[in-house]
Amino acid sequence: MSRSLFRGLAQAGGRAFRHGGGNGIDTDRQIRFTFDGTSYVGHPGDTLASALLANGVRLVGRSFKYHRPRGLLSAGPEEPNALVELRQGPWREPNTRATVAELFDGLVASSQNRWPSLAVDALGVNGLFSPVFTAGFYYKTFMWPASFWEKVYEPIIRRAAGLGRAAEEADPDRYEKSNAFCDVLVVGAGPAGLSAALAAAQSGVQVILCEQDSLAGGRLRCDATLIDGRPGWMWAQDAERRLSEMPNVRIMTRSCVFARYDGGTYGVLERVSDHLATPQDGQPRQRLWRVVAKQCVVATGGIERPIIFPNNDRPGIMLAASVRTYINRFGVVPGRRVIVYTNNSDGLRTVADLQRAGARVVAIVEASAHPSKAAQDLASRSGAKLFANATIANTFGRLGVTAAVIRDNYGKEHRLGCDLIAVSGGWSPDIALTTHHGTRPVYRDDIAAFVPAPNAANQDLHVAGVASGVMTDRDAFESGLAAGYLAAGKTGCGDGREQTLTSPSVVDEAYDIIPVWHGLDAENMRRAGKAFVDFQNDVTAKDVRLAAQEGFQSVEHLKRYTTLGMATDQGKTANVNALALLAEITGRTIPQTGTTLIRPPVQPVALGALAGAHRGKHFKPHRLPPTHRWAEEQGAVFTDNGLWRRAQWYPRAGESNWLETVNREVQTVRNGVGFCDVTTLGKIDLQGPDVRTFLDRLYVNAWQKLPVGRARYGLMLREDGFVFDDGTTARLSENHYVMTTTTAKAASVMQHLEFCHQCLWPELDVQFISVTDEWAQIAVAGPRSRDVIRQIVDPEFDLSNEAFGYMAAAEVTVYGGINARLFRLSFSGELAYEIAVPARYGDSLARQLMRVGAPYGIAPYGTEALGVMRIEKGHPAGPELNGQTTAHDLGMGRMLSTKKDFIGRRMAQREALTDPARATLVGLQPLLPDAPLVSGAHLLPKGAEATAASDQGWIASSAWSPTVGSWIGLGFLQNGPARLGEVLSVHNPLAGTVTEARVVSSVFVDPEGTRLHG
Amino acid sequence: MRLTCPHCGPRGLEEFSYRGDATVRRPSLEAPEEDWIAYVYLRDNPCGAHKELWYHGSGCRAWLVVERNTLTHAVHSVNAVSVEDAP
Repeated sequence: MSRSLFRGLAQAGGRAFRHGGGNGIDTDRQIRFTFDGTSYVGHPGDTLASALLANGVRLVGRSFKYHRPRGLLSAGPEEPNALVELRQGPWREPNTRATVAELFDGLVASSQNRWPSLAVDALGVNGLFSPVFTAGFYYKTFMWPASFWEKVYEPIIRRAAGLGRAAEEADPDRYEKSNAFCDVLVVGAGPAGLSAALAAAQSGVQVILCEQDSLAGGRLRCDATLIDGRPGWMWAQDAERRLSEMPNVRIMTRSCVFARYDGGTYGVLERVSDHLATPQDGQPRQRLWRVVAKQCVVATGGIERPIIFPNNDRPGIMLAASVRTYINRFGVVPGRRVIVYTNNSDGLRTVADLQRAGARVVAIVEASAHPSKAAQDLASRSGAKLFANATIANTFGRLGVTAAVIRDNYGKEHRLGCDLIAVSGGWSPDIALTTHHGTRPVYRDDIAAFVPAPNAANQDLHVAGVASGVMTDRDAFESGLAAGYLAAGKTGCGDGREQTLTSPSVVDEAYDIIPVWHGLDAENMRRAGKAFVDFQNDVTAKDVRLAAQEGFQSVEHLKRYTTLGMATDQGKTANVNALALLAEITGRTIPQTGTTLIRPPVQPVALGALAGAHRGKHFKPHRLPPTHRWAEEQGAVFTDNGLWRRAQWYPRAGESNWLETVNREVQTVRNGVGFCDVTTLGKIDLQGPDVRTFLDRLYVNAWQKLPVGRARYGLMLREDGFVFDDGTTARLSENHYVMTTTTAKAASVMQHLEFCHQCLWPELDVQFISVTDEWAQIAVAGPRSRDVIRQIVDPEFDLSNEAFGYMAAAEVTVYGGINARLFRLSFSGELAYEIAVPARYGDSLARQLMRVGAPYGIAPYGTEALGVMRIEKGHPAGPELNGQTTAHDLGMGRMLSTKKDFIGRRMAQREALTDPARATLVGLQPLLPDAPLVSGAHLLPKGAEATAASDQGWIASSAWSPTVGSWIGLGFLQNGPARLGEVLSVHNPLAGTVTEARVVSSVFVDPEGTRLHG
Repeated sequence: MRLTCPHCGPRGLEEFSYRGDATVRRPSLEAPEEDWIAYVYLRDNPCGAHKELWYHGSGCRAWLVVERNTLTHAVHSVNAVSVEDAP
């Protein structure tokens, strides 16, 4: 049929190729959609593919490399050609298979990978240069000159060989994640899956039946099979209704089981509202299910293979079973003059369906040496020419097939006009889910296909129907019932009812296939005529041959070298043909050649669905300290500290930049009083008679003699001898301690304590729990801090320096009886306290501090001022405790007790870790006070050449110190303590600067510690 | 992957974190350095049966000894770490 005739028919109201009602569409209603800007009409129940065919649109895309015109190969999720863009703007979704896109009113679809239009594609000339694009072209063609790759080759290849365009705005739709649990999961609602679900359900177990299609039935909707004397789809509809009425069954349609994970866990993608213009009633677009099932029945059916012959990719060359699907389910006849080309008995069923739909079958081409009885009958009834032991040698037609050349038994060529070639290369069981655990399938000669391997490790997996290699409907029903009963029985959850279900009656014919994979002779393989193996990646028989010649003879190599089996369809229609061809070329059998394993996902899964609700601010939810709302009211600027959101500084009116603010906050603490929320530090409450022994083994220093009412600084190592964490632990009463950790390590210290207690020293009588979120903790620091704290803590507690000195700790009450904990700890080096109240009082504590501190000029300070003051005091923090430093490096080597075992003691003694030449903690001060020191800069001897050999250390932390009136830094320097006073070169290769700094004590402010004890 | 916690029942992988070989034992302080090197750094990477330590951090916080096949991913047993199992 000519193109102009097609166009004429397409204009006749979109019904030109509807032969009548299909069992899956509602012909009473019409819906409108557009494809490449042209408006068309379809019916509810149509896919975009069936509606396009009904309107006579055969050309739907351009191929990946050669930009060849392509049409629909299939009617299902295996489709390699018909990739389209759906929707517009932020909803635009590329690379969607037209064969699974359900039609809705107002759908806007467009073709991709073509310019300027589908019919006239300027890049179609790629076909002329096709020798350039042969197997391995990525590795050969564009290698020289190397500088051309980024600027010239890659952009050109990307434009020419791109697939669809992603939307440029954020996805406006919602996605959800959900969990479900069942006894038996049945995958696929064809004859086998419905039977399995019925059997399992009758056994009384909880059943989930997942079907990726919108309708149950599988092939029963696609073939004209009679079940119990009625159309098969009616049986399926009845079965679905019976199942839906059972309380122990959940049917999930539009739900693809895309992965089988360990422990009976399955990934399921439910397309909740993909078939609607917009999601309704707050529904998500898609829902990602995690289904946990005790047993699983895989009834995923099969995928029909094409046959490889020259120019086998023209629009109008379609899989035979898909032709039947379009006829029976969608009421669309995809052509008027048809050649049926098959190597198996199932393909012949297409002839009768085509005839009934009003198409003329002009020829039946059988690969078998002798014409089959069935083919002879069909030929005589339909008037089709019958060719046995024949092949299709070539096809013609620029934008759609118009003729084919059949080479008969004698080598004679017959040219026949046609607008549709229905091809069947036999069925491959859809075994994807059975190989996700690495179980290799086995090849069966009798059906020329791979089937799941029987494997003892798969005791929770049962395969039924075509997926298991049984090829008739009768066997599908029977294997489904058997698998359903077996799976239900194995769960041990059934109610022991009798197994009364039997298969319905079905007239079946045996499935015969001869393993003919291609219609190529030796000459043809050498000639340039393109015989496609993988349509989506434009891999031809010649490419497979070339790869084999160049030594890529394993299937894994073939795949990587030619890109065969990659991209959205993952070679569903290509893989078995490719390895059969490879086997032939290399003179091996198919089992000798092997097969690649299939990994999840079975179908493409959108990243949006995998992300679910975890996007934007929900990707990393914030933990907010108890004073957060108050800090917001104060106009604080916040920073992220792991998951915590903390106030960084509190700007005031008139302050022109952050440094001015931070300087003011530091000076407020050093001269008066300030406060800072330190709730984020990890807090672990420990109780029991053996806590001090436990602490002795966790920390490097001694804990046996810590009196009640005192706190002590502690350093923890990892077992490899490097510093793990630090903090203070206070003894509140005889057997009650509270430990603090750094903010960053709070969770890992808790896990470490659990490990040490449960695995190393279970004999210790210790209980502990994280109380980080239970207590709001605020540091109040500065020479006037005692005056402020005095007004917070109830009067009966003596806060004098004598009664509550440096490192004291006590349980107190505040504001007339609220439980609190008071610690005389100082990170700033000033007289300071940390006060902890139940978290719900944290906000009001901040407000009270502001009120009672007002006479003393109190001000809140943020993490930046906190950092400046700890650098001024030489206290190590995150940049110094970076997992690569030892206690010795931090100048705390003498803390390591020699009188006890503790975590890390033995490995910390290793020679290299105690080498005095190791880079150890020093202070640094620039010769010019205003010259910034930058963290990460390298320390070199003065004037040394900037080479790695002369690199002697680095700056870990740096800040402008308003107290010193200079930039200051903490760094690590080889032989550090011995080099006080030396001037170093400070190299910052990122900024390209070299400055000079003097090595000084790491304690810049109050080295004697007199302020602490005031 | 799922583990059946002896305290909490069958739970998803995301509740657990992995530590590794459950058969290594912390040497005494006096043990030769080689023993310590082996304890801290050296691990077999068996293909097949393996005893592993897992931490139920998002559940009961118990350390568990899991007997698992690294090839088939079959989980043979999950027990709370006991004195005998202590690494």
